[in-house]
Amino acid sequence: MSKKTLRIGRVISPIVTFGLVLSIWYFISYVVMNANRRSVALPAPHDVLRQGFFTWQHNRGIQPIVRAMLVTGRVAIVGLLIATILGLLIAIVMNFAKPLEWSLYPYAVIVQTLPILALVPIIKIWFGANLTSRTVACVLVAIFPIITNALFGLQSTDRSLHELFSLHKASKFTRLRKLEFPSALPAIFIGLRIAAGGSVIGAIVGDFFFRQGAIGIGRLIDNYQKEGRTTELFAAAIVSSLFGVAIFIGFGFLSKVAIRHWHDSATQVP
Amino acid sequence: MASDPNNVLSLEHITKTFPNGAPVISDVSLTVKRGEVVSIVGPSGCGKSTLLRIAARLEPQTTGACTVDTHGIGYVFQDPTLLPWRSVRANVALLAELQHLEGTMMQTRVDEAIALVGLQDHQDKYPRQLSGGMRMRVSLARSLVLRPQLFLFDEPFSALDEINRQRLNDELLRLFEHQQFGVLFVTHSVTEAVYLSSKIHVMSARPGVISRTIEIPFGYPREADLRFDSSFGQHALEVSHALRETES
Repeated sequence: MSKKTLRIGRVISPIVTFGLVLSIWYFISYVVMNANRRSVALPAPHDVLRQGFFTWQHNRGIQPIVRAMLVTGRVAIVGLLIATILGLLIAIVMNFAKPLEWSLYPYAVIVQTLPILALVPIIKIWFGANLTSRTVACVLVAIFPIITNALFGLQSTDRSLHELFSLHKASKFTRLRKLEFPSALPAIFIGLRIAAGGSVIGAIVGDFFFRQGAIGIGRLIDNYQKEGRTTELFAAAIVSSLFGVAIFIGFGFLSKVAIRHWHDSATQVP
Repeated sequence: MASDPNNVLSLEHITKTFPNGAPVISDVSLTVKRGEVVSIVGPSGCGKSTLLRIAARLEPQTTGACTVDTHGIGYVFQDPTLLPWRSVRANVALLAELQHLEGTMMQTRVDEAIALVGLQDHQDKYPRQLSGGMRMRVSLARSLVLRPQLFLFDEPFSALDEINRQRLNDELLRLFEHQQFGVLFVTHSVTEAVYLSSKIHVMSARPGVISRTIEIPFGYPREADLRFDSSFGQHALEVSHALRETES
């Protein structure tokens, strides 16, 4: 196949998939379901578009969805930021000396294996049912991939490069700044992308359980389900997934800019 | 031996035993003077790289004395060991940064070193954009910035093809004639050793000892055609025989 055909194929294939999914969706809404069932369980795509995206009212259509998404998005981004700073610091501390890694790593694993739902009551008691708690939930979900990937990156620095630095009596700090950290960047970016996805999920889960304060997209989805506003429920779900995609692409772009000169992974990201 | 003021490296009765008790090097003594290229050839596992690492203080010896000014060492590894995220220029500046050379002095020395290895037109490229030979030149330039008195080479050109290896040998000699540092060169290649060196130590394995030392009488500068001279061939043959004896 020529390069051009390949490029066209790359653009057309997902469009074909999209068309196929839409057809199946229409088929189920109109052929499998009757009108009553359709409006509750699977409204047709054009109804979702009309009522969910192209209705412009304070409490209907896209307005409340965007408002809620902004609340959740802010929580996710702040949570991710805190998780990044804390996670990198913890990884750097662990990398500093083996005994520190031995004493901290098991607890990082425990944080990861604890289901976030099991922690919800404790977070509620400590921080209340507000935005702070939602942010804490995000941090707890996002921090582990950042720690493990950063630590892996820091520790897999080339041995002969380390020797070069030893030869010139570089301090631990110089070594970290000029060698280990830049060499860990590709791994750190992989961790960030995983954490970003986790952080969005953490924020949406947080919306469900910590209900005080501004309404987030998770809470809105819950409300729409209870009120039987299925078209808007679909629209809200689509918007939240678009947000996740945007964050994923954003970090892909960031990593491309940061390491494109020298790392192969940067040429493969979307 | 250590009293000679021209010595830039002096190893006296060095022995090295691994923690499991296996002897690697047994009673090796050698010196390198300024303006002298000394090579070590020997079979794999004879401890020649370990000896180099001891000279650079990357590893401690078990007994014996190593006298060297570590500030004045240029160490060239088997791989170019460049930082892939730095441009050629920034890589060349690395060791100068680590040694806290600053400002215009550093920039001048970086310019000089880049010019010496002929990479002026490639300063802004990244290592992945360079050929193997060019990467090795960057690695050389990086050490040249420090104006070392002593260069330690650990089979630096073994990954290159023959043409590039010869070209880099010529360039190394040119640098050597220009800057008159001392060189300790570890290699597998007999012709490379004869072409570069004024003295060749042949090591044998288990434990590593210097089994023979061969003086190479050709003066510097050396021409590339020396490789095809009949007396060159004789010296290469002598080193090859000495190497073969270590294995019998």
